[in-house]
Amino acid sequence: MDRFTGKIWVLGDDIDTDIIIPTEYLALKTVQDMAPYAFSPLRPELAGQIREGDIIVAGKNFGCGSSREQAPEIIKALGIRCVIAKSFARIFFRNSINNGLLLIENDKLQSDVKEGDEITVAINESIECRGKQYPITSLPQNLVDILNAGGLVKAMQRRNGLV
Amino acid sequence: MGSTIIEKIVRNNIGKEVHPGEIVTVNVDRVMIHDIFIPFVASKFEEMGFTKLWDADKAVLIYDHLVPASQVDDTRHFRIGNEFVEKYGMKNIHRSDGICHQLMTEAGYVKPGDIVFGTDSHTTTYGCVGAFSSGIGYTEMASILGTGTLWIRVPETIRVNITGKLPPNVMAKDIILRLIGDLGADGATYKALEFTGDTVKNMTVVSRMSMSNMAIEAGAKCALFTPDEKTAEYCGITLTDKERDLVGDADAQYCQVIEYKAEDFVPVMACPSNVDHVKPVSDLVGTTVDQVFIGSCTNGRLEDLMAAAEVLKGKHVAPFVKLIVTPASRKIYREAAANGTMAVLAEAGAIITHPSCGLCCGRTGGILTDGETVIATNNRNFLGRMGTSKVNIYLASPRSAAACAVAGKIVTLD
Amino acid sequence: MGMTIAEKIIAAAAGVASVRPGDIHTVELDRLMSNDGTTHLTIDMYRNLKNPRIADVDKLVWIVDHNVPCDSVKTAASHKKMRDFAKEYGIRFYEGAGVCHQVMMENHVTSGELIFGADSHTCAYGAVGAFGTGVGCTDYLYAMVTGKSWLLVPETLRFNLTGKLNDGVYARDLILSIIGMIGANGANYMAMEFGGEGLKTLNMSDRIAVCNLCVEAGAKTALMEVDEIALDYLKAHGREPKHVFKSDEDAHFAKVYEIDLGAVRPIVAKPHFVDSVVDAKECVGTHIDEAFLGSCNNGRIEDLRVGAELIKGRKVHPHVRFLVVPASAEVYRQALAEGIIDTFMEAGAIVMNANCSVCWGSCQGVIGEGEVLISTGTRNFKGRAGHKDSFVYLASAATVTASAIRGEIATADMIS
Repeated sequence: MDRFTGKIWVLGDDIDTDIIIPTEYLALKTVQDMAPYAFSPLRPELAGQIREGDIIVAGKNFGCGSSREQAPEIIKALGIRCVIAKSFARIFFRNSINNGLLLIENDKLQSDVKEGDEITVAINESIECRGKQYPITSLPQNLVDILNAGGLVKAMQRRNGLV
Repeated sequence: MGSTIIEKIVRNNIGKEVHPGEIVTVNVDRVMIHDIFIPFVASKFEEMGFTKLWDADKAVLIYDHLVPASQVDDTRHFRIGNEFVEKYGMKNIHRSDGICHQLMTEAGYVKPGDIVFGTDSHTTTYGCVGAFSSGIGYTEMASILGTGTLWIRVPETIRVNITGKLPPNVMAKDIILRLIGDLGADGATYKALEFTGDTVKNMTVVSRMSMSNMAIEAGAKCALFTPDEKTAEYCGITLTDKERDLVGDADAQYCQVIEYKAEDFVPVMACPSNVDHVKPVSDLVGTTVDQVFIGSCTNGRLEDLMAAAEVLKGKHVAPFVKLIVTPASRKIYREAAANGTMAVLAEAGAIITHPSCGLCCGRTGGILTDGETVIATNNRNFLGRMGTSKVNIYLASPRSAAACAVAGKIVTLD
Repeated sequence: MGMTIAEKIIAAAAGVASVRPGDIHTVELDRLMSNDGTTHLTIDMYRNLKNPRIADVDKLVWIVDHNVPCDSVKTAASHKKMRDFAKEYGIRFYEGAGVCHQVMMENHVTSGELIFGADSHTCAYGAVGAFGTGVGCTDYLYAMVTGKSWLLVPETLRFNLTGKLNDGVYARDLILSIIGMIGANGANYMAMEFGGEGLKTLNMSDRIAVCNLCVEAGAKTALMEVDEIALDYLKAHGREPKHVFKSDEDAHFAKVYEIDLGAVRPIVAKPHFVDSVVDAKECVGTHIDEAFLGSCNNGRIEDLRVGAELIKGRKVHPHVRFLVVPASAEVYRQALAEGIIDTFMEAGAIVMNANCSVCWGSCQGVIGEGEVLISTGTRNFKGRAGHKDSFVYLASAATVTASAIRGEIATADMIS
């Protein structure tokens, strides 16, 4: 689990939450219902192309915009293993951790890679692509705890004695 | 060493000094949940194993994104919300009174120094009265409803100091758009903004609200103004010493200080499709306009409607151009009806809707199609936000927007 | 043999001395109204014609009213198509001015005209003695290109009105009672003609409400005798009548009904048919989720006044969404000036811009699965106001407002 390899999809800067999931589809009943519309304003075909275990590599300020938690949930539902970006917007960052979606900050990778490349991620250590290593920093302990619990719902269930 | 406003608020909340970068758990004074997310909050809350709210009186539920319902499943959100309110004994619910952020301050749910979280990114708005308020997702909201607490990382602060007198036709919206343009869409990510200087001191609370509302568009965690007599009047309170002390100390540590001279501001617009893509209106003159939208939690208040009415009085919206006006709250609508503003807008040909998020949230209220251009007073112009990805959204002040409606193209106010 | 009003209008439009029911005539049309429900389809067909032309652009009136403000990218595209076409050809164009039939009554229709509207409730124009009838977009296109169309001369049903409506009983109760009496197909292909002493007790708003709903009995058109009240209305709106026709003494009617207005009682049409009418009292206590005061049928100033008077100083029931939608921008401005808008806002209603709103079941205030709406709209067909499994009751402005206050179907006399 600490190391995985996946094919990448490359996106630009400022991928906002309206691109990740337009408001029009936000009142659909489940995240599964919404998932086909992910990224539709930018790349309508993308949601259908993503396969389990793929990785998104993006520019700065990924997930900026609204507090809609469907954004990370949908990315996770599409099978994305993790998102690597130059930087993340703060609400999206919290929402991702709370839903167990791994986010990695790296400001070099996006400019070096091409869509379709395979990369290998060693959690809390480094990313490897085309033989090149990219170091990554580790997350604060309180976030690791939430991730390890399997997200905030599970952490709260533990607190409330349900598990 | 001194403290910034956010450091003081957090210190007062947890009872010990804090420094940027520290992760602390705060006690939440108020939470706001809106209609889009209540079904998710409700199900996560129960899934987490909670059986009662930590404090029912501290929770506020507001229907605004889906009012009036535009899709057949929308009313499901109202049903689930009503059931949640009843089951857990909530009293603070607004079913058609306006936009959540307007109601939170207008109805007195937020006071200076409070720590408030909402399931909406524009929760930063309440910084206009000196409250630390920020947007979160529905899972965290569910956990606050059960525990009354949330972890936060104490943010660094960027101080924005503005001095001098604003030129005529420049509104608070022009200032915040310029700042976002200068900072970039991620220029304040994870950070607090603190506004100081005589220009903001002389502003109404409502103008400050337009600025704190949009701070998120630079990525900010919150945007704070020092509470003053205007704040006290707006909130209907007398300021305590603790509230008066919510001012950045002279020796406080700021990660960045930005200075502006008020005289240097000009009317601006955020051009498609990023909020930080800001240009002077004078550079955009002549662009054809299909629709104008005046409303939202950024610019749907009485002073905004009055500013628009001043421009529109005795004039008519250009042929084939739509002007959609969506007041931010029921109270504002009634005030605008009482003081004649609504009559001026209606005479000018405005389409006046019930207070709600309207077009800003892109579900209804004036959706556009390929090649069309809208001048809007709200907070976001993201790709596809108001229709197809080929709609051009320009963000502007109510005054600029009204002038464009009359001209049918982008014009300067002079 | 003499002719009815409908026959006289057709004869004049066909340029012949007389017509008889069952004849088919080519007629010259005075006006062609089309709205955003179907105009985009008409434009598509027009663009496919070999030699497209518009016979007389001055006869065309296009109105965007069904989804205002626009609610989806699909609608936005059809609105744009309509707007661009209107701009290109110089067609009289309204957007946001209100529901098409109300806009037509306020600005265009006059007595004796023959009008096609690409909307079934075009029969409303009979209130000023104009022959208005709803057509599909193919018929509309033909008329737009040629300025003409063919019409089968309808039989006429005559309604002689006597007496006067009691307090608390409205024109809407009258027409719903009539539809209940003759059935949803009781006037199929026919004209419904209204006259008699009782007509004088009905104001223009009442008359529009009556004529507008005649299509729910299947009528091709509805026509009222033109009197001082109608002529005053036209004058106030700056128009002259084209012809003022009255049925001849010896005109042939398929059937004559005598209607005592004093005998009409508050009525509710139950789901899912307009002719499924009962005494409103029979529905009292039925739970509702939403109430709607508006539409081309009942969204005029007179209707809003009825609602406002009832709700003043009271509140909308917390679990009810009460939508108040003026039929036109002119009605809105009048209501604003009279303080009526504020009365509704103070009571907790949702006051929308002038448009078709939930009567059309799209865009504004749609109801969800299993929900119940009481409405002053035109139709209560299954699924009309939103989810396919939802329920619409039709009633007067008074009954709708009373129900909004109580949270269940109630009549105005129950509000004290």
